[in-house]
Amino acid sequence: MELVKPEIGLIFWMTLSFLILLFILKKAAWKPVLKMLTKREDDITKALNEANLAKEQMKQLTIDNEKLLAQAKDERDAILSEARKISQKMYDDAKIKASEEGQRIIAAARENIDIEKQKAVADIKNMIAEFSLEIAEKVLQSELSDKNRQKDYIHQQIEHINLS
Amino acid sequence: MILKCCKKGSYDFLRYFVFVVVGVILLPNSAFCSENLEGTESKEPSHAKSKFNVGETIIEHVVDAYQWHIMDVKGKAIAIDLPVILIDNEGIHVFSSAHFEHGHQPYKGYAICHQKGMKKGKIVKIHENGEIDNDFFYLDLSITKNVLSLFIGIAVILAIFLSVARNYKKRGVQAPKGIARAIEPLVLFVRNDIARPCIGKKSEKYLPFLLTMFFFIFINNLLGLVPFFPGGANLTGNISITAVLAAFTFIITNVSGNRDYWKHIVNPPGVPWWLKIPIPLIPLVELIGVFTKPIVLAIRLFANITAGHIIALGFICLIFIFGQMSPALGGGVSVGSVAFYIFMGLLELLVAFIQAFVFTLLSAIYIGLAVEEHHHKEPSVAEIK
Repeated sequence: MELVKPEIGLIFWMTLSFLILLFILKKAAWKPVLKMLTKREDDITKALNEANLAKEQMKQLTIDNEKLLAQAKDERDAILSEARKISQKMYDDAKIKASEEGQRIIAAARENIDIEKQKAVADIKNMIAEFSLEIAEKVLQSELSDKNRQKDYIHQQIEHINLS
Repeated sequence: MILKCCKKGSYDFLRYFVFVVVGVILLPNSAFCSENLEGTESKEPSHAKSKFNVGETIIEHVVDAYQWHIMDVKGKAIAIDLPVILIDNEGIHVFSSAHFEHGHQPYKGYAICHQKGMKKGKIVKIHENGEIDNDFFYLDLSITKNVLSLFIGIAVILAIFLSVARNYKKRGVQAPKGIARAIEPLVLFVRNDIARPCIGKKSEKYLPFLLTMFFFIFINNLLGLVPFFPGGANLTGNISITAVLAAFTFIITNVSGNRDYWKHIVNPPGVPWWLKIPIPLIPLVELIGVFTKPIVLAIRLFANITAGHIIALGFICLIFIFGQMSPALGGGVSVGSVAFYIFMGLLELLVAFIQAFVFTLLSAIYIGLAVEEHHHKEPSVAEIK
């Protein structure tokens, strides 16, 4: 029976001790321990969230970077092709202009040549006329030095003139 | 083999079964032998050399005492004489239990009772002629073996947890180190697997109580398994201790019980009216349930731990029983006994944890039931209109 009989002394000491233990542990142990455990859990959750956020941001950044790179590439290509076009155009323009200039110079030269040629031809004609006159004069002087010959020539000329 | 394949429920049953069987074998035996002893004692006071009495020995080890008997050296007992504190109408008496001379001498009108019955082993007031005065009122607040063990247990708990708290304060949110690393999983276990699922949102409020209770039972269970001085007292296997623990649960449960809790006791919903009026049958059952819950808590812990101590002691006693027949036989039996004792010790380690867990879990469940917010689908006034 003594095994199952509660004793007042033990109950008294147990109640007192347990209350004191509960009080001390609550103030000195459970409060800091539980606070720290909760804080650690919160910190871990926060850190995980932050890591996720950072990962997300990193991803966004990479995407942005790639976008930027692609854009830059496109821009470069555009600029290059534009430059190529401009240079081609400049080359073509220069070519056309050069050929035009050439043509023009050739045409002008040809014109000059023509003018010079005509001048020369006119000069030659004039000279030929002068020479002819001189020759004719000399011939006439020699032919008409005596009276008989003058008469013969006049007759000859008159003969050529057909009065009919 | 049987224990291995048994689940928790049937394991509990097995424990009770073993406890009952051992109790049935030992208790009449002890009563019978103590009578015998009583008879021989009057003729020959030096009972130390008399026949080895199993029941007496075991019961002596599991019940409380005014001395802490550590060991015998050359037939002389080495024991700590604990202070006796008695309060009666003459005032407070404080004296060493050594004055009782191992219970053979009265002192200041008090003596240790040897008679069979409720007061066996307790301090009683005696008349001049040596008869027990049953009407005399006094309070026995002696520092007994269990009270000292309680103080040692509390000292151990405080030493552990104040150091753990210091560790947390020092290291902050960093991973725990040293003893805190061993304690943290248990704290988390109580919080995450006992308090939160059973109580829910309000668990933070009851967590210090549940944690204190869990570690008090667990550490004292373990101390009880230590076979020599600072441990070895059957503290958590003492009905007074478990009753106080259960009383705390009882008080907290009923103090924090909300309207729904009392409504479920006084007027349980979903029960036919004729079970409540004119005879309040179900409310009566519910009311009994309020008291049986803590009583069962107290008895479960007490019976489990005491049974463990009795079985362990039984195995050790086997050696001496056979040793009395022949020393060689005792030596032979000791091999098996020690093997079984070790096996029981390992089992008791498990039980120490399981019982602390079960006690805390059930306390949490009772508190949880008391603070639970019910959401009945009762039509409100607005809905009826």
